[in-house]
Amino acid sequence: MTETVLEEKKIDEKWEPKIIAFLCNWCSYAGADLAGVSRIQYPPNIRIVRVPCSGRVNPYFIIKSLVDGWDGVVVSGCHPGDCHYISGNLVARRRFAILKELLEFFGIEPGRVNFMWASAAEGERFAVLIRKVTKIVKELGPNTKFQKEWC
Amino acid sequence: MEKVGAVMVVGAGIGGSQTSLDLGDSGYRVYLIESTTSIGGVMAQLDKTFPTNDCAMCIVSPKLVETGRHQNIDLSINCEILDVSGEAGNFTVKVKKKSLYINPDICTGCGVCGRNCPVEAIDIFNEGIARYAATFVKYPQAVPLVYAINKECCIGCGVCAGVCKAKAVEYEREDEEVDINVGSIVLAPGFDEFIPQQANKYGYGKYKNVVTSIEFERILSASGPYAGRVLRPSDGDIPEKVAFLQCIGSRDYTGEGQPYCSSVCCMYTAKEAVIAHEHQHEVKPTIFSMDIRAYGKDFDKYIIRAQEEYGIRYIRSRISSITEVSETKDLKLRYETEDGKVIEEDYNMVVLGVGLNPPDDAKYLAEKFGIELNEFGFAKTDVFNPVQTSRPGIFACGAFSQPKDIPETVTQASAAAGCVHQILYEKRGTLITEKTLPPEIFVAGQPPRIGVFVCHCGINIGGYVDVPEVTRYASTLPNVVMADRNLYTCSADTQGIIKEKIEEYHLNRVIVASCTPRTHEPLFQETIREAGLNRYLFQMANIRDQCSWVHMKQPEEATQKAKDLVRMAVNKARRLAPIDRIKLEVTQKSMVIGGGISGMVAALNFASQEIETHLVEKETELGGFAKHIYHTLEGGDVQAYLKDLIEQVKSNKFVHVYTNAEIESLDGYIGNFKTSVIHGPKKERAEFDHGAVIVATGAKEYKPKEFLYGQYKNVVLQSELEELLNTDSVIKNKKSVVMIQCVGSRNDEHPYCSKMCCTEAIKNALLVKKLYPSTEVTILFRDIRTYGFKEKYYRKAREEGIIFLRYDEDNPPEIITEDSSLNVKVKTAKAGDLSIPTDLLVLSAGIVASHEENEELAKMLKVPLNDDNFYLEAHVKLRPVDFATEGIFVAGLAHCPKTIEDSISQANAAVSRACTILSKDEIEVEGKTAVIDMSRCIGCGMCVENCAYNAIELIEDRHFGLVASINQALCKGCGACSGNCRCSAIDILGFTSEQIYSMITARL
Repeated sequence: MTETVLEEKKIDEKWEPKIIAFLCNWCSYAGADLAGVSRIQYPPNIRIVRVPCSGRVNPYFIIKSLVDGWDGVVVSGCHPGDCHYISGNLVARRRFAILKELLEFFGIEPGRVNFMWASAAEGERFAVLIRKVTKIVKELGPNTKFQKEWC
Repeated sequence: MEKVGAVMVVGAGIGGSQTSLDLGDSGYRVYLIESTTSIGGVMAQLDKTFPTNDCAMCIVSPKLVETGRHQNIDLSINCEILDVSGEAGNFTVKVKKKSLYINPDICTGCGVCGRNCPVEAIDIFNEGIARYAATFVKYPQAVPLVYAINKECCIGCGVCAGVCKAKAVEYEREDEEVDINVGSIVLAPGFDEFIPQQANKYGYGKYKNVVTSIEFERILSASGPYAGRVLRPSDGDIPEKVAFLQCIGSRDYTGEGQPYCSSVCCMYTAKEAVIAHEHQHEVKPTIFSMDIRAYGKDFDKYIIRAQEEYGIRYIRSRISSITEVSETKDLKLRYETEDGKVIEEDYNMVVLGVGLNPPDDAKYLAEKFGIELNEFGFAKTDVFNPVQTSRPGIFACGAFSQPKDIPETVTQASAAAGCVHQILYEKRGTLITEKTLPPEIFVAGQPPRIGVFVCHCGINIGGYVDVPEVTRYASTLPNVVMADRNLYTCSADTQGIIKEKIEEYHLNRVIVASCTPRTHEPLFQETIREAGLNRYLFQMANIRDQCSWVHMKQPEEATQKAKDLVRMAVNKARRLAPIDRIKLEVTQKSMVIGGGISGMVAALNFASQEIETHLVEKETELGGFAKHIYHTLEGGDVQAYLKDLIEQVKSNKFVHVYTNAEIESLDGYIGNFKTSVIHGPKKERAEFDHGAVIVATGAKEYKPKEFLYGQYKNVVLQSELEELLNTDSVIKNKKSVVMIQCVGSRNDEHPYCSKMCCTEAIKNALLVKKLYPSTEVTILFRDIRTYGFKEKYYRKAREEGIIFLRYDEDNPPEIITEDSSLNVKVKTAKAGDLSIPTDLLVLSAGIVASHEENEELAKMLKVPLNDDNFYLEAHVKLRPVDFATEGIFVAGLAHCPKTIEDSISQANAAVSRACTILSKDEIEVEGKTAVIDMSRCIGCGMCVENCAYNAIELIEDRHFGLVASINQALCKGCGACSGNCRCSAIDILGFTSEQIYSMITARL
C-alpha cells in the first residue's frame, strides 16, 4: 500500500458526519432535552432545528439540507396519536413516505434521511436513535451525490 | 364583608393546575398551594394514559409550565395550611411556607448541588436517580425547577453551599407564615393510593416480584428504573407471565381495604397490560377481575383491543392467596373459576391493582377548612353539584370527593372554577397585576444588530464547553455587534444586564445560548420586551440540554457543536421580524344549544354572572333527558330540581329562551359568533351575536328492536318502569321482575357502555323491593358497573335479595312466550342454563346519539363527531369540555353517556372555559400563525384538507381568483399547511421557510 492511500484512509477514519435534525417542539425536542437532563450521552454529530410540528417540515427543507451538504437528515415528531396539533405528524408521515421513495429514486441512500418518533418522556430512546442514525450515516460516508455542483 | 377577587387552590396536581389556569385566565389572582416540592401530582408519574395511550408527560408538562409561569398564579410549594377564617367571598387562610433551605428565587435548578451531595440529602428530582427506586415520585420535568434539602439526611457538610455558583443554599433559611386573603377556596388534594398492609395476603413487601400498579407504572416509564423495559425486580429478567389482580383495597368488606369501587383500576390495569406487552412482546398479561368496569368514553373499545389485538387474557375471579416459589421467585396463584373449579398457576410477576384512598391529610384539611367528609373519608359534596362542599364558598374537585380518572378530574376542576365565578364575578380583574410596557422600538428596515449572551450555567455548560471561545466566535459572526458571557443568564441581575446592553448597543435582535427554549424562552422574551423590543426578535441556542450535557466526555466536539448552534441561531436571528399578537374584540354574550339539565345549568351560571345568554331548545319544552328521571341513585329529587331550573331559566332576565327552535346559520369565530335561529310556533327569526357556544344537545334512549319490545305490554324500558313506579301501582301484583342489562349497548351497533344503566337498574330494583318486598327481582348483566360510591347500592341490592346473574355477550338471554306469560332463558356462567318466568321484563336500554341531528350541527360548528356520533372533544384527557375549534365547548350527554351529576359538572366546566374568553373585552391570540401569499396560491385546497383547526378556507379573491384564506384567530401555527404547500404560498411566522433555510445553510 502506498503512503497516499494510507493517508486517505486515515482521513476517512477521522471523518465525522454532520447531521441536521428537525424536531417538533412538543415531543421530540422535549425528548432531546430529557436526554440532556438525564445526562444520556450520544455522538455530537447532530445539529437540532426546532420546528413547531413535524408537519411544518416541508420536503424542500430536506432536499435543501442534502444540497447544502449535510450528510444526514433526521425528522422526528410525536408518536402517531400524540400530536400536539391533533394530526400534524400524520400529515408529515404521509408526505415523507412519498419523499423517501423519490429520494431513493434520485440515488440518495435510504439511511441518509430518517423519520422517527420520540416522545417527551423518551430521552433514552432519542439518544439510541441518534446513535443509530450517526452510525449509519458514518458508514455511508460523506454526502456527495446531491451537492450544489451536482444539481 | 367586602368580596375579594382572589382564590386559593389547594393541591397542584392536574386538577388544581386546571382550576388555577381557568381562574387565572379569567382575571382572578390565584394562590396555588402545594404540600410537596413540585406540581403535577400523580399524573406526572404516569407513563401512558388510557384510552389513547397518550404519553402522560408529553401532555401534562406544557400545562405545568403554563401554571408555573402564569402572571396571575402565585405558586407556593412545600406548604401547610394552619388556619382558615371568614366566609364565602372573604376568607383568610394562614399558610406555613416550609423552608427548602435553598432560596427558590435564586435557585436556577441546575442541579450541581445534588450531584455533589455525599449523602443524597438533596431532593434530586431532575436526575437519573429515579433508576434506583421504583417509587421515586419526582420527575425530571418538575415545575418549579428548584431544589430542596432534606434536613433529615443532611449532615451539614457544606459541600452544596460551596458548589452553588448562584449562592442559593441557605441552611439557616426559616419557615415563613403568611395570611392570604381570598374570596373562595378550591380543594384539590387528590388521593393516596392504597398500600397493602404488612402481612397482607398478597405477599406485597414480602415477595419481591409482587408490585403495586403505581410501581409498575414507573417500571413502564421511559424515565423509570429500567428505562422503560419490563423487568421483574428480583433478578431483572423479563417476566413472561404477568398477573394483574384487580380490586386490591377496593370493593373490600373484610376491613383491610375500602368498600367502594376505585373507578379507575380496571382501565389503568388494562393500559398497563397493553403497554407492558407493547414494550416487551414476551410479556403475556393475565388480568383477574370481578367485573370489567370500562364505563367511560371509548373505554370498552380499549378493553376489546386489549383482548383481541394484544392477546390479554381476562379471568373472572378474585385471587384468594399468593405464595412464592422459593427457587424461582415465581408466584403461585390459587383461584376459583366462575364455574367453581379451583386452579393453581405460576406467574413470573404479580401487579396489584391498588385502589384510591382519600388523601392521608383529608381529616386535617376537613377540620381546617370546616367541611364535612362522607362515610368513606372523602369530601362530602352536594347531591346535584359534585364540586360544592358542605361549606359555601369552598369547592372540591378531582379525587378528593370520589375516586375518578383524569378527564373527570379536569372537568371538575373547571367546574369548581365555574362555581367560583358565581360568587366572585364582580371582583374579576381587581387583583391582577397588569404590566405597563414601553412602546416597541421600530426596527423594520434596519440592518440587524445582534447581541449574543452565552451562559456558563454555573458549570453545567462552562464545565464542558469552552464558553469564552464560543463567545469570541459569536462576536465574529455577521451582524453580531456584541457578545457577552454570564454565569447564569436566567438570573434576575442578568436580565438587567441584557436590558442595558440592548440600550447601549442599540440591539435589535437578541440571542441567548444557554438551556432550552421550552422552559426559558418566555422569560427572555419578556426581558427584551421590557427593553422595548418585540418579543419575537429573540432566538435561543440550546447548548446545555442538547450539547454540554450530552457530550460531557467530548469537550472539543461539544465546543464545536456549541459554535455551530450559535451560528445557526445567528443566521436565523438575522431574518427575524417583529410579530404582532392579534387582538380580537369579544362579544361578552353566550349561546347554549340544548335546554336539558346541562344547558340550563350552563345558562343559569352565565346569567348569575350577568352574562347575557341565548338558550336554544329544539323541543317545545325545556328539560331534556331528565324529564323521565325521578330520582338519582343517591336519592336526589330530579323532578323537583328540574322544575326549579326551568322556573329560574324562564324568569331570569339574562336568559333568552327559544323553544321549538332550529339554528338556521352560525358564523364567526372565537369571541365573535353570529347566529340566526328560527323558533316558536310561528317560526320567527331571531339573530344575535355572541362570544362563545356551549353544545349541550343531549342524547336519546335507545328504542330496542330486540326482546319483543313494543310487541308485549309486559316488556318495558327502565325509564318506563321508573315512571310506573313513581306514578302508578301497576307492578303491585307482579311476582317476578327480570331486568336485562346492556340492551343496545356494548354491541356491534353501539360498541360503548352507556354508563348509567347499571345504576338505573339497581335504583329501580331497590325501589321495587322497597314498595313490594315479595316481588322477586332478577338482574341479568354482563358486568355490573357501579363505580365509585355507587358500589354501596350494588351491595345493598344483593343484601336485599335481588338476584344478579351474569350472561355472556355471545349467549344473550332469549324470551320464550306462552300466551301472555314470558319466560327468560339464559345461559349463566355460575348456574348453567336457567329459565326464569317473569311477568314484567325490563330492558336497560342504552343511550344513543342521533347521527343526522348531530352531524348537521357539527358541520355548522365545524367540530368533529366520534364513531358513535357523540361530539369529539379537543383532547380526551386534558381538554374534556373544549373543542379543537376555539370558543366552542361541550357539556352533558352530547359528549358521551353520563350521570346527571357529571352533566352538571361539565356544564359548569364549560361555563368556566367560556369565561376565560367572555371575561375579557378583547383577547390576544398567538402571533406565530400561518400567512398566505395570495400571488403564489393556486387554490388547490391541500392546506384546507390538512388544517386540523378549520382555520383555512378557500375564498374568491377579486385579484387572485380562488385562493386560500387563513383565519388567524383560529390558526395555531403548527405549519401542516405550509409543509404541504406545493407553491410555497404559505409561511409560518416565527418559523418561516427563509429562517429555516438560513439555519440549514449555516452548515459551513
